[in-house]
Amino acid sequence: MNDKVPVAAPPLIRATGLNKTYATQDGQQIIALSDIDFEIAPGSFVTVVGPSGCGKSTLLKIMAGILPGGTGTLNMSGRPISGPSRNVGVVFQAPVLLPWRTALENVLVPIEIQRRGRTAHIDKARGLLRMVGLDGFEDKYPGELSGGMQQRVGIARALIHDPDLLLMDEPFGALDAMTRESMNLELLRIWTGSGKTVMLVTHSIPEAVFLADRVIVMSPRPGRITEIIDVDLPRPRRLSMMSTAPFGELTDTIRRHFGALGALDS
Amino acid sequence: MRRLKRFADLSMTLGLGLLILAAWELAVRVFAIPAIIVPAPTAVLGALRDGILSGELLTHLWVTLAEVLLGFAFGAAFGLVCGVMIGLFTLLENLVYPYIVAFQTVPKVAIAPIIVIWFGYGMASKVVITATIAFFPVLANTIVGLRAAPRDQVELMVAFTASRWQVFRLVRWPQALPFIFVGLEVAMVLAVIGAIVGEFVGSQAGLGYLILQRDFNLDMAGVFAILLLLSALGIGLHALMMALQRRVVFWVDHRGDRVVGA
Repeated sequence: MNDKVPVAAPPLIRATGLNKTYATQDGQQIIALSDIDFEIAPGSFVTVVGPSGCGKSTLLKIMAGILPGGTGTLNMSGRPISGPSRNVGVVFQAPVLLPWRTALENVLVPIEIQRRGRTAHIDKARGLLRMVGLDGFEDKYPGELSGGMQQRVGIARALIHDPDLLLMDEPFGALDAMTRESMNLELLRIWTGSGKTVMLVTHSIPEAVFLADRVIVMSPRPGRITEIIDVDLPRPRRLSMMSTAPFGELTDTIRRHFGALGALDS
Repeated sequence: MRRLKRFADLSMTLGLGLLILAAWELAVRVFAIPAIIVPAPTAVLGALRDGILSGELLTHLWVTLAEVLLGFAFGAAFGLVCGVMIGLFTLLENLVYPYIVAFQTVPKVAIAPIIVIWFGYGMASKVVITATIAFFPVLANTIVGLRAAPRDQVELMVAFTASRWQVFRLVRWPQALPFIFVGLEVAMVLAVIGAIVGEFVGSQAGLGYLILQRDFNLDMAGVFAILLLLSALGIGLHALMMALQRRVVFWVDHRGDRVVGA
C-alpha cells in the first residue's frame, strides 16, 4: 500500500510481527516465536544464530511451509507462505537420504515429486554431484557414503529444481570441525554468482558470521530476534579472515547477547 | 578366510546333527525300543525312501504345498491391503482394528471345525484356515511399518511439495517393506501349521491326513518320515522368503557387523 521506504529491490522474504505458539503434551502453551520482524533481500546470504530452543528451526520450518505459521505475516515475493513451495530447496541437519536410492536417484527426488521430467534432469543431477565433489559416486547408496558425503548429496538435491530460496537447518551441525569448514567454503562457492537466496540456521557464531551478509541473532524463551547484524567483510571469504580483528568484533558483538545465558552450546 | 570359517561352522553344525542321530540309532538298538514307540533313524529314512518311490508322499505333499501357498497368498494379500488402508487412515484404525484384534484372539484351531463344515472336506477349507492364520502377522507388521518412516524424511518430502500419495510411494511404503517381510516370514511358517491343522480337522488328502492315517496303523517310522518332509518344506519356504527379502529390501544390512562384546 503506502510503502514510503524506497528500496532498490523488494525483499524476497518479509516477516512482520510473526508469532508462533504450540501446545505441549500436557496442554501447556509454549511461545516458540515472538514478534519476529525481518527481511531477506533476493540473492543474499542470511544466517540465523541462537542457542537451542530459540525457535530458529521452527522459523525455518514455517518458511519451508511444513509448519503452520501462527499469527503475523510472512510473505515470499509479496505473497503469504501458506504451504511448501516448488521454489524452495531444503537441507536438514541429518542428510535424510532415502537408503534404497543411489546418490543420483536421491538428487532426482524433487524432480520426480514436481514432475519436471526425470530423464531431462539426469545430466543436471550428475553436474550437481560433480559440483559438490562427488564425481564418481553417482551410483553409490547412502550406506556406502560418509556423513559429509551424504550431506553433499542433500545439498545437490536441494538445488536440482533450481529454487530461488535455499533453507538450511544446521546443515553441517553433525560434521566434524574440519569437514565443516571445508563444507562452508564449498557452500559459499556454490552460492556465489548463483543468484540464489540462502537462509542458514546454525548455533555456531563464527559459522554464522563467516557465511553471511546478514546475521539474525535470536534468543530463547520466548524465541525473538535480539539483533540483526550486517556483515561487511569482503567476499570471497577465506578461512584466514576468521582470525582478523573485524571478524572478532562481529563474533564478540553476537556473543555478548548470550553472555547473560552463559555460553552458547558450541 | 571367511569362507573357511563358514565351512568350519557348517561342518560343526552338521557334525552335531550326525552325532545326535548316531546316539539315537544306538539307543534304539541297544535298549531294543519297539518301533511303534520310537523308530530308529534308519527306519525313518527307509520309510521316507519308500514313500517317495511309491509316489504316496509326493502326492500328498503337493496337496499340502498347494494349500500352504494358496492360503499364504490370500492371507498375506488381504493382510497387506487391510494394513495399508488402516495404516493410512487413522479413522479406519479406530473403527475396525479392535474387531480384528478380537478376531485374532480366537484360536484358529478352535474355529477350524466350523470352517470345514462351511467349506467342505476339500482343499478350500484348508486354504481358508491357512489364510486366516497368515493374515494377522502381515496386517500388524504392515501397520507398524507404515508408521516407521522417520519424521524428517516425511517433512523433507512435504517441503519438496510431495502429495500424500507421493509421500506414501517415496517414503512410507519402502520404509514399511522390512517390517512387511518380517510379517511375511512369520506368516509363511504359520501357513504350514495352518494347513496341517486344517487337514487334521477334516480332509481326504495332504500330509496332515496321511499323518493321521499312519498314526492309526501305528506306523511310527512313516509318521516321522512325514515330519521330516514337513520340516524340509518349512525350511525351503522360509529360505525362499529370505532370498526374496534380501533382493527386495537390499538396503537393510541383514548380516550386521557383530558388536564386540555384545
